[in-house]
Amino acid sequence: MKPTDISAPDYFHKVVDCQWACPAHTPVPEYIRLIAEGRYSDAYMINWKSNVFPGILGRTCDRPCEPACRRGRVEENPVAICRLKRVAADFKDDVKHRMPKPLAKNGKRIALVGGGPASLTVARDLAPLGYHCTVFDADPKAGGMMRSQIPKFRLPDTVIDEETDYILNLGVEFKGGHRIDSLKKLLNENYDAIFIGSGAPRGRELDIPGRKEAASNIHIGIEWLASVSFGHVEKIGRRVIVLGGGNTAMDCCRTARRLGGQDVKVIVRSGFEEMKASPWEKEDALHEDIPILNYMVPVAFKHVGGKLIGVTFQKVKAEYDANGRRNLVPSGEPDQTIPCDDVLVAVGQENAFPWIERDCGIEFDKWNMPQVDTKTFVSTNPKVFFGGDAAFGPKNIIWAVAHGHDAALSIHKMISGEDITERPLPEVQVFSQKMGIHEWSYDNDISGDKRYKVPHRDKVIALKDIKAEVELGYDVKLALGEAQRCLNCDVQTVFSAPACIECDACVDICPMDCITFTENGEEEDLRQRLKAPSPRPDQALYVAEGLKTGRVMVKDEDVCLHCGLCAERCPTGAWDMQKYLIDMTYAGSTCQSKARSAA
Amino acid sequence: MTYIAKPKFHHPGLPKNELGYTHRDYEGKISTLCAGCGHDSITASIIEACYELSIEPHRVAKISGIGCSSKTPDYFLGNSHGFNSVHGRMPSVLTGANLANRDLIYLGVSGDGDSASIGFGQFAHSIRRGVNMTYIVENNGVYGLTKGQFSATADRGSKSKKGVTNTDNAIDLVAIALQLGASFVARSFSGDKTQLVPLIAAAIRHKGAAFIDVVSPCIAFNNHAGSTKSFDYVREHNDAVNRLDVLTGRDPITVDYAPGTVQMVEQHDGTRLALRKIDADYDANDRLAAMTFLQKHAAKGQVVTGLLYVDPDAEDLHAHLDTVETPLNSLEAKDLCPGTAALEKINASLR
Repeated sequence: MKPTDISAPDYFHKVVDCQWACPAHTPVPEYIRLIAEGRYSDAYMINWKSNVFPGILGRTCDRPCEPACRRGRVEENPVAICRLKRVAADFKDDVKHRMPKPLAKNGKRIALVGGGPASLTVARDLAPLGYHCTVFDADPKAGGMMRSQIPKFRLPDTVIDEETDYILNLGVEFKGGHRIDSLKKLLNENYDAIFIGSGAPRGRELDIPGRKEAASNIHIGIEWLASVSFGHVEKIGRRVIVLGGGNTAMDCCRTARRLGGQDVKVIVRSGFEEMKASPWEKEDALHEDIPILNYMVPVAFKHVGGKLIGVTFQKVKAEYDANGRRNLVPSGEPDQTIPCDDVLVAVGQENAFPWIERDCGIEFDKWNMPQVDTKTFVSTNPKVFFGGDAAFGPKNIIWAVAHGHDAALSIHKMISGEDITERPLPEVQVFSQKMGIHEWSYDNDISGDKRYKVPHRDKVIALKDIKAEVELGYDVKLALGEAQRCLNCDVQTVFSAPACIECDACVDICPMDCITFTENGEEEDLRQRLKAPSPRPDQALYVAEGLKTGRVMVKDEDVCLHCGLCAERCPTGAWDMQKYLIDMTYAGSTCQSKARSAA
Repeated sequence: MTYIAKPKFHHPGLPKNELGYTHRDYEGKISTLCAGCGHDSITASIIEACYELSIEPHRVAKISGIGCSSKTPDYFLGNSHGFNSVHGRMPSVLTGANLANRDLIYLGVSGDGDSASIGFGQFAHSIRRGVNMTYIVENNGVYGLTKGQFSATADRGSKSKKGVTNTDNAIDLVAIALQLGASFVARSFSGDKTQLVPLIAAAIRHKGAAFIDVVSPCIAFNNHAGSTKSFDYVREHNDAVNRLDVLTGRDPITVDYAPGTVQMVEQHDGTRLALRKIDADYDANDRLAAMTFLQKHAAKGQVVTGLLYVDPDAEDLHAHLDTVETPLNSLEAKDLCPGTAALEKINASLR
């Protein structure tokens, strides 16, 4: 294998699995250490810079970081990264004075369609640079789907208000209750750029017999959630069936439980395991006595005299074809009709752009989606950008934030007359954590604690009040215990071959058998010859050459605890623990053309 | 020294031995020796050998004297019996323990000071008597604990860290062990675990006095140019006569070499040692030839390593003395006090 180029910014970034997996590349271990130190405001601001909505995401994020977390490969459960983010938000001091001070207005005007996370991120990045940002939203308050679709018992309004206000207070103009119904008209208002972050606002229909006849008791999930959110709906029948297996379905069933639904069931086509909903959301639903029935495909709504009386399901089973593709085929069992009073349909969301005229320079593809560049987020109209669900279909908040950052950078470059396809590399800092012979500026003693549970409100009380937040969040003590579980993966093991005397001290001490000194070979062969098995080829091998015996040092990054014992036991300082910080490039980053400054 | 405990987590894919243990289960406390000490690699090799042999830790007694090397039993086999004895007295304590209970595996760990100076006599007698043990000397050629004076194994002409030349002749413990009748004699290097681990495993399985001299560089005081016990010197002058594979009952024979290049040696307990010859003329069953070979190569400044001599049919002290097989702590009163009739018989035989 070729020796590893650790100066490539991506190499160490990948080792920080959580940060690499986060679409917004939040420096997770860095903020977790700050939480452990009790520096909640600092931890909050690090989050705020990366993901804009720490309080909201700390309650609702889809957590791509957690399945990636190295701790999950070392023991049963990853670090509760998401709920620690909430800790930063819960315990911080007033941070208003730490928000950016916008520069004088530069005379450029940006229109942002939709007041959700994507648009607000763009506004957050551009307003401080002096842009005049105008956000349009059909709803009276900012927040988009975060406000309309996420139930209040998961995300209280106060949290949304606080974090949308941080952005609106940067001098962003918010036009609530103002639906944009013609892009052409908006284009005619001569904005310097238009960002479309209007989400995926249309709930997918379930067109099966009886849909029209029983319409008054069949509701589209996201629309129904929005009606509940704005107080238009306050009741539902006693027996409720929720169709669909995503997070919206979970929100629907739990909301129904609070509005009078006593017998609420979630019924999904697929198997329980393959449901799109996050495992913890399924758990929360089950905890509220909501059974989830699987392998049942709805075939008809049963109704009598215009009133819904039940749903008929065909039983199916999963079969896999030669390519491993799953097909749901009838199992042969008789159809089953389950009686109910109301049905909530949560089988997906779609984009809808009836308000974009097809002759204003924006090309649509064969699925009737706008053509958007995946890196720059520009449409075929150089002044119009897309982001969030509006760009590539429904994802989640953290993706919308990531899109927003990238789109803001594009808009800034476009208006500055730069080439928007040229994306400056992130800035990287790597610096030693050595403080004494065996002292490090991070806590390298590995905690053996298991993942701490987030305390929940008593179920009886929680189910009575639709606004009572179910999760109470970690207290300071629990947060400290959980923070200590973080393995500090951003404190990198850095090896210097010329200093190495091949004494094997690092090999002997490494608790995870990560390090091997051996003859070089092709990667596949090398992976066979490591001190411990290497079952994850997606995890890098760190290879260094230049040793006296002609061998190479190979470190499998997979399950390294970053405990620093290799460096502590190294007599010559050939190993060092160095903290790796990466500054993603945002609109207005000071040195855009500066070459990367890596290790 | 490291102040944190070694994390309990281990690699999720670590293989397990017959007893269901991983090699981590054979560890002891975290080492308090200087970073990079060769002794820590010997510790790791003992751990690896015991893991590979699926030894039950409570069947091992590890006994040591005084010195850096003698601290190491604290760092391996945390669930074994241990005795950290007086300086140079490990062999006596081990001999006593062995006589009292022959069922345990005896691991004597010592250093060049402990065995070649203050305990030289003790070393000699335990070898001479053929105590069934594995006697490991962690040999770095200096007194590390007292800041690097030459020890008795330092080669004449080698230089101290301060530049002083050693004018005394060196004791070669391997040569002495051969002369005193050790039935398993090996030398290895802490920086070469692929050689050392099988040697320790074979020595543990050997019945009789097994002696291994392990050159183990002292990073703090004896790893400089001019030293003959440094990593660089040993790597440059290492003359390995053979490579060893230890084949216990369940392992298939995987060695596949040209005929005549592999010598199979079967020990008492059925362990087979596959010796892959590196030096075609070297015969590990010939004590006299081994001694000559050693002298010749030492004169050239070479460090001869490998399994230098083995007598697979050796007997141990218990066989010589015809002692009782049952450990003393398991003997019943009627065994210890066989009664008047037996006494009369003994007395009669002495009249």
